Amino acid sequence: MKFGILVNEGPYNHQAVDSAYQFAKAAIAKGHTVSRVFFYYDGVHNANKLLEAPQDERQIGKLWADMARDHNVDLVVCVAAGLRRGLKEENLAEGFRISGLGQLIEVGIQADRVMTFGD
Amino acid sequence: MLHTVNKSPFERNAVASCLAHAVDGAAILFIEDAVYAATKGTSVAAKVEEAVGKCKVFVLGPDLAARGMSEDNVIAGITVVDYEGFVDLAVEHSAVQAWL
Amino acid sequence: MSEVMDLPGDDDDYTSGVVKKFMFVNRKAPHGSIYALEVLEMVLISAAFDQDVHLAFVDDGIYQIVKNQDPARVGMKNFSKTFRALDGYDIEKLYVEREGLEERGLTEDDLIVDVEVISQAEMAELMNGMDVVLSA
Repeated sequence: MKFGILVNEGPYNHQAVDSAYQFAKAAIAKGHTVSRVFFYYDGVHNANKLLEAPQDERQIGKLWADMARDHNVDLVVCVAAGLRRGLKEENLAEGFRISGLGQLIEVGIQADRVMTFGD
Repeated sequence: MLHTVNKSPFERNAVASCLAHAVDGAAILFIEDAVYAATKGTSVAAKVEEAVGKCKVFVLGPDLAARGMSEDNVIAGITVVDYEGFVDLAVEHSAVQAWL
Repeated sequence: MSEVMDLPGDDDDYTSGVVKKFMFVNRKAPHGSIYALEVLEMVLISAAFDQDVHLAFVDDGIYQIVKNQDPARVGMKNFSKTFRALDGYDIEKLYVEREGLEERGLTEDDLIVDVEVISQAEMAELMNGMDVVLSA
């Protein structure tokens, strides 16, 4: 099956992004495809290249970037939500791209299932 | 449909709202802080037990463990699943609705 | 509202012809958080994709469409009027729960836009039939 995932919250502040990541990881392990993860509302903060958690903790930005690279997952940040929160091309982490809300609706149409992880 | 809930039943009304909107035969999965709703002896246990009667209710094991909640203390009739089980539930049901 | 649209035709992968039942479930009050406003942006974008769009106002989400909001008093924009523009985008399936209105001491007359008032049981059935549910 093809999954689309909507992430509503930023890194560390809520478990939402971890739940989304663990779900995506398990889906891929089971042979499914995670075609797109769309970051909206505060979720855009996951794409900030300046994230720097303590060394002994999970590095959320890197986890997503590695998944994107290894499993061809499209990580999309909403341009409008990003601008509002200061997330732009200049501080966009590797593995993510900025695009419009249409990409979320599109994955809703194209995927078999859409999951929301939020607060 | 698979319904997921992630907030504690004592923090906000997401668990109650989810239970009120799940049709007979739907699946409900408690994740993150909502796993407290799956434990025995709480003030919401009766409502959850009622849901167990008409829906298939699940709880995410890793989230129970993270919070020090024993799987032995889960309400009878609720099935503990891991993330792969969560994926299977999403596959088995036609759509997924998150109660935040 | 956002000026940056990502419309069908902008992307080679756009799947034309597929019509799914989308539901946007609003459960949060306006202004105390940004979800009401940003869900509305999402709903407006969805209009360009010719899907079967449903908007459900459940729990405190009902407060998003209450009349006489004056958020200028807290330094914010009044976007509640935009709900009235939805039918111009062919988004006409707006649902509110009767129990939710009663719980909040509200009636249909308190609402800024025409909605279909349904019971909680009817809302449950409606939700059960959706293909894609986006929650905030």
